[in-house]
Amino acid sequence: MTLFFHELRQGRKALAVWSGGIGLLLAICIFLFPEMKGQVDGLNEVFSSMGSFTAAFGMDRLNFGTLTGFYAIECGNILGLGGAFYASFCAVGILAKEEKDHTAEFLMTHPVSRVRVLTEKLAAVLAQILGMNVLLFALAAGCIAAIGEPLPWKELWLLHLAYTLLQLELAGICFGISAFLRRGGFGVGLGLAAMLYFLELVANISEKAEFLKYITPFGYAEGADILEQGSLDGGLVAIGLALGAAGIAAGYWQYTHKDLH
Amino acid sequence: MDAIRTEALTKRYGKARGIEQVSLRVQQGEFFGFIGPNGAGKSTTIRTLLGLLRPTSGTAEVCGYPVGREMRPILARVGYLPSESAFYPGMRVGEVLRLSAGLRKKSCKEAAGRLCERLQLDPGRRVEELSFGNRKKVGIVCALQHDPELLILDEPTSGLDPLMQKEFFAILQERHKSGATIFLSSHILSEVQRNCGRAAIIREGRVIACDSIEALARTSARRVTLHGSAPLEGLAGIRDKKEADGIVSFLYSGEMGRLLAALAAGQVRDLTVTEPDLEEIFLHYYEGKGDVG
Repeated sequence: MTLFFHELRQGRKALAVWSGGIGLLLAICIFLFPEMKGQVDGLNEVFSSMGSFTAAFGMDRLNFGTLTGFYAIECGNILGLGGAFYASFCAVGILAKEEKDHTAEFLMTHPVSRVRVLTEKLAAVLAQILGMNVLLFALAAGCIAAIGEPLPWKELWLLHLAYTLLQLELAGICFGISAFLRRGGFGVGLGLAAMLYFLELVANISEKAEFLKYITPFGYAEGADILEQGSLDGGLVAIGLALGAAGIAAGYWQYTHKDLH
Repeated sequence: MDAIRTEALTKRYGKARGIEQVSLRVQQGEFFGFIGPNGAGKSTTIRTLLGLLRPTSGTAEVCGYPVGREMRPILARVGYLPSESAFYPGMRVGEVLRLSAGLRKKSCKEAAGRLCERLQLDPGRRVEELSFGNRKKVGIVCALQHDPELLILDEPTSGLDPLMQKEFFAILQERHKSGATIFLSSHILSEVQRNCGRAAIIREGRVIACDSIEALARTSARRVTLHGSAPLEGLAGIRDKKEADGIVSFLYSGEMGRLLAALAAGQVRDLTVTEPDLEEIFLHYYEGKGDVG
C-alpha cells in the first residue's frame, strides 16, 4: 500500500483545488436558487425558447422553478464537466508522469511488480475520485439544507451517482491512455472530457445524432432523463462501465509489456 | 554463482543504438567496471538487466534469477543508482528515502541515517531544491540503504565533488569487502582503474574487450604533450603525432625510459603525460585485438 498512499499524497493538492473549485461553484449556484425561484415564470419562458440551445441542455424538459430541475441543469453542468475534467486529469497523468518526470527509473527498480504498481495507482485514482464525490455530495446536501429547501434525496443521490459513474468511466479510459503516453497527457485527457461533453450536447440537439448517447458517458448523466425516469438508464451505464473497464484492461496490458524510459 | 550473466543480449529500439550481442559474466563478489563513452550502450545494458527494457533477443540472469516478467527477486537484491536521479516533486529527502525503503518493505532508518551523515546529505531538504550532486547523493542512499547483494551504478560520480567521490568509493570498497558485488558503469577510466578488478569495454553497443584491469591497462598507451622540441625520430611506439605552434602531441606505447631520455636530450619547456581518452583506447582496441570481447 506504500505506493497507494504515496499517490494520495502526491495528488492531495490537485484534489483540494478541484474539489474546492467545483464545490465553490456548486455552492454559489445553490445559494442563487431562492432568488431565481421568484423570477421563475419569466425564466422558464426565456430558457425554453432558445431553440437548439434549450434542447442541448435539456431545458425544454426541466422546470427551472423546482430545486431539482434547477439543480440538474446548473449544478449538473458544473459537477458534470468539472468532475469529468478532474477525473481525466487525475487518471491521464497517473502512469505517464513517471516517464515524463523520469521517476519511472526510480519506481520500477524497486521490487514491486508492474501489476502491483498499476493496481495501487488505479486504486489511488478511484479513491480520489470517490473522495471528491462524497465531499461534493455532502456539500450539496448541506447547501440545500442551508437555503431552507426540502432535500430531494432520491434525485440528488441519482444525479450524483450518475456523475460519479461518468467520472469513473472517464478515469478508466484515461488510465488506459496514460499507459501509452511517455509525456504528460493532460491535454489529451481534458480534450477527451470536453469532446464527450459536446457529443452529448449534439445528441440532445439533433435526433439523428442520438446514437452519440451510447458513446459518451454524459449520455447517462443527463439530468433531464434521470429526473423524468426516476432512475439511471442501466443499458447506457453498462456500456459506459464496459468502456471504462476496457480502458483499464488496455492500460494493464500495455504497461506490463512496454519499455520504460 | 554469477551475479550477472548475459548471453548475446540484444536490445534495438527506435533511433537509439541499443546493444548488440552483449555477453558478460560478472562473478559474485567482483568489483566490475563497465567502460564506454556516452551513448555506447552502458545504460541500455543496465536498464535491460533491471527489466525496464525488454530485450530484443538473448538472455540475462541477475543474482541467479532470469531477467524477464518476474523481476521482484532480482530487484530485491539489487541496489541501483541511475545516471540521473529524478524524484517526486514536493518531497523531502527523508521522505524519498522512506518511500524507497517502504517499497522494499524494509525499515532502513539506521542505515539511511549513517549514509546521509557520511555523504553530508540533509534529510530535511526538499528534493527539487537540490543540486545535481545532492540529488545524486539521494540516489546513492536509496541504492545502498537496504544493503543489497549487487550494486549497479551508472555513472555514479558525475556531479559529486572530489571529496565526496572519495567518500563514496570508500563506502563502495567497504561494501565490496563485506561481500557485495559491484557493477560500475563509467566513462572515467581512472576511477575504474583504481577500483575495479575486471572491466568490460563497450563501444557502439558491442563489448569489444573484457579482461582484468591490469591486462586492459597494459595495452593502453599514454598521451604525451610537450611544448618545445625533442628528438623523437626513431622512437618506437609513437602514434597519432600532431604538431602545431611548437606543441607536439602523440600517443606513446613504447618504453618509458627511452621516451624520458629523448625528452631530456631536447628542449622541453612544459610537459604533460596523461591517460589517453577513451576514444583513443578504443581505437587501440580496434586496430589491435578488436574482437577480444
